[in-house]
Amino acid sequence: MSAAIERRAIVVVGGGPAGLAAAIAAYEAGEHDVLILERDTQLGGILNQCIHNGFGLHTFKEELTGPEYAQRFIDRADELGIERRLGTMVLDISSERVVTTVSAANGIDRIQAGAVVLAMGCRERPRGALATPGYRPAGVYSAGTAQRLVNIEGQLPGREVVILGSGDIGLIMARRMTLEGAHVACVAEIMPYSGGLKRNIVQCLDDFGIPLLLSHTVVDVEGRDRVEAVTIAQVDERLKPIPGTEVRYPCDTLMLSVGLLPENELSREAGVELSPVTRGPVVDQSLQTSVAGIFACGNVLHVHDLVDFVSQEAAAAGTQAARYVMADAEEASASRGIPVAATDGVRYTVPSFIDPQRMDDTLTVRFRVANEFRDRYVSVYLDDERIQHRKKRVMAPGEMEQVVLKRADLLAREGLSQITVKLEEA
Amino acid sequence: MYDVVIVGAGVSGCAIARELARYDASVCVIERAEDVCCGTSKANSAIVHAGFDAQPGSLMAKLNVEGNRLMYEWARELNFAVLPVGSLVVCVSEETRPGLDELLARGQANGVPDLRIVERDELLAMEPNIADEAVAALWAPTGGIVDPFGLTVALAENAAANGVDFRFNAAVTAVERTSAGWAVHAGDDVVEARAVVNAAGVYADELHGMFVALADGSPASEAVPTVAAEPLQIVPRKGEYYLLDTTAGAHVRHTVFMLPTAMGKGVLVSPTVHGNLIVGPTATDIEDKEAVNTTPAGLAEVASKCSLTVKDVPLREVITTFAGLRAHQEKHDFVIGEVAGTRGLFDCAAIESPGLTSAPAIGVMVSSMVATRLGLAHKPEGSFDPTRPGVVNLAITSFDDWDELCRQDSKFGNIICRCCRVSEAQIVDVIHRNPAATSLDAIKRRTGATMGRCQGGFCTPKIMEILERELGVDASEVTKRGPGSELVVGRNKDRLPQPAGALEGGDAR
Repeated sequence: MSAAIERRAIVVVGGGPAGLAAAIAAYEAGEHDVLILERDTQLGGILNQCIHNGFGLHTFKEELTGPEYAQRFIDRADELGIERRLGTMVLDISSERVVTTVSAANGIDRIQAGAVVLAMGCRERPRGALATPGYRPAGVYSAGTAQRLVNIEGQLPGREVVILGSGDIGLIMARRMTLEGAHVACVAEIMPYSGGLKRNIVQCLDDFGIPLLLSHTVVDVEGRDRVEAVTIAQVDERLKPIPGTEVRYPCDTLMLSVGLLPENELSREAGVELSPVTRGPVVDQSLQTSVAGIFACGNVLHVHDLVDFVSQEAAAAGTQAARYVMADAEEASASRGIPVAATDGVRYTVPSFIDPQRMDDTLTVRFRVANEFRDRYVSVYLDDERIQHRKKRVMAPGEMEQVVLKRADLLAREGLSQITVKLEEA
Repeated sequence: MYDVVIVGAGVSGCAIARELARYDASVCVIERAEDVCCGTSKANSAIVHAGFDAQPGSLMAKLNVEGNRLMYEWARELNFAVLPVGSLVVCVSEETRPGLDELLARGQANGVPDLRIVERDELLAMEPNIADEAVAALWAPTGGIVDPFGLTVALAENAAANGVDFRFNAAVTAVERTSAGWAVHAGDDVVEARAVVNAAGVYADELHGMFVALADGSPASEAVPTVAAEPLQIVPRKGEYYLLDTTAGAHVRHTVFMLPTAMGKGVLVSPTVHGNLIVGPTATDIEDKEAVNTTPAGLAEVASKCSLTVKDVPLREVITTFAGLRAHQEKHDFVIGEVAGTRGLFDCAAIESPGLTSAPAIGVMVSSMVATRLGLAHKPEGSFDPTRPGVVNLAITSFDDWDELCRQDSKFGNIICRCCRVSEAQIVDVIHRNPAATSLDAIKRRTGATMGRCQGGFCTPKIMEILERELGVDASEVTKRGPGSELVVGRNKDRLPQPAGALEGGDAR
């Protein structure tokens, strides 16, 4: 630890897809003093273990694997000469943007950042968080952990697999395990709809004849040392198991894909306000959090389905962070903006505040719906006036939605006090 | 040939081993599991009980109060985590208030220091989340919380450092009389000793039965308590728990018990030394001594009962649930002494709550009993080292001190478990201690790795790699908790038919 504190214009916490896109965008926006902090020994984040294809359809109009997608951004960061510290974990971020790190190479370091971009990603909800009854043997893996073992280490976690939860990683791992020689008995999902993308259900389950059991959950795990069987039961509308519907599946592995949680321990320490719905920071149109100069993007902000949208969002955060450090402090500490309300089947929006004076000409507002909906309209209201009304044939919680707001529309409304995004039947 | 063999490497067995190491004696601990602290000792409330609960005059009362005193002393010598947070027994209705006074009197009779009744206002100031129904509480400032794994491991390491041998994966199948003493068949081994101590937890009744079968009427020693040569039954009493994230760890500041009412006993709500909140246990007598599974009914009971004493327990912050088995015996007192009619077969049985708290006192009592019977002398002054270096805890290390650690060993800068801030250095440290941590759970118990909110999601593959490297084993040999709990079953595609010509194709994988 050196006595003098290092000063950097922009510090990006995390070198996954969000961090890379944010750093590149900040550089391209004119702020060249950008530092990426990454705890792993390589850039790319979780994409490194996502060896399946399907990445980049929106961004590059081609189907890339996860590592290929990441490499495009790593190459660009290399080209720009963006500095990165690998094997470096951020331990603390203060509300004054002092970033404390630890690494094998340098021990503890402190960096005073002009702006911080939070891009720490998310983690998987573990079995323990479900309080599933039964034993706690080896062979219970979250899908992402199993994915790392299989795709990075070449290790097979099990041969007879039951998957609980139909999040995208679970669906992808159902196919992967099958391809690697394991048998996947079924995917059980407690909700009446899948938490994953439709295309993954088709390509990863249907194509391999793996049944998806909706409204089912695991009610018992057997095996003292290693998983020997799990019992699956149907659930009622209140998600309670229905007695008499239990079916026992002998297996050696239970894989879980039951939700992703934004990893906001550092944000909390920095005093950043978090949303109870997304568990990510509450942000404004600039993706700035409640702490001035701290921005957030990607899965730490809210969990995405598609990396393309992570990259887009992160680029916006990087650009805004660059503007923040290049502008004077006065502009930066402007008011918080007009609240965006999510109602009638819309669970949340990102951002949750918009200052029309400071937004770009257009702004993408991303959101998720709370249930499966057919033939509903996505509506945007400025106070009581409806300005957008667009029919969607199918909407599901597993697929992120968006609306695009125009600055001119917002500025045209005198005394605008609330923007509302909601679903309507007609 | 050992002087003493101790069966069971739980907290009692390890405490006895550590205290016997003060004597000029050869001692061996044999354990059926792959590590210390694998039975009752690892799955309990982790409370340092003050000692007001046990009946005055019982062995339990005496050893609890003495164990409580020693616990804080030993924590300094042996570097395990204990926090004197104090405990509260909360009375939730005026009708049951006499019970509080009774508990106070009982505690005073047991010699528990500084007990007093706190009324609602003071209680509310001490515990802002206390239930609205709470009217008063018994306050026991000597109550505390302890790391049960840290305690047991510390005792074992200190015992080993002072010459005690440990043998793992060795379940006892038979005990025989020999000309010089006793032969204990354990796993593939036969271990001979002059004395055998039964610290076998929920299996202590089975070992006791083997001891009783060997009784031949040889005279007892007046200096040593005896246990009747009659059958003993240990009933596994299951307790189920919720463990909540550290975000909920400050929901209560002290260990909060409920004063039993006509409605039942309630559950405790307490912070843990790891910063989590623990809620439980249930108490269900079962038959299966291996049934450490949680049940829908048990978990539901904990969830409903915790609100009797504490408001708004944030159960949604649960990171794991678990169950432990207490070694319950009908008379509800510890069974400690030489089995009548044998010379050198000792029981340390029915060690149920407050057994963890009592462990230091049990260690002192049993070791002195065995020493008396065998005529063991203390080691010469200075040849017993009572201290044991702790495992570094980065979660409570200042950044300046951490930086200094990185200078000494750069592995302190490589974080493996991000939730609990465990570095590669700590993991490598415990793998090479004696007894060694050779499984994922053994590393968890010593360092806290995998114990956090992601429950090993990120660090499991990394710890597996470190174990492979440090032990020189293949990934398929790395286990969660010993043989049978292997973490992976093979390599990708290892059972798929190989395409014709695959080898010629130059696929080197």
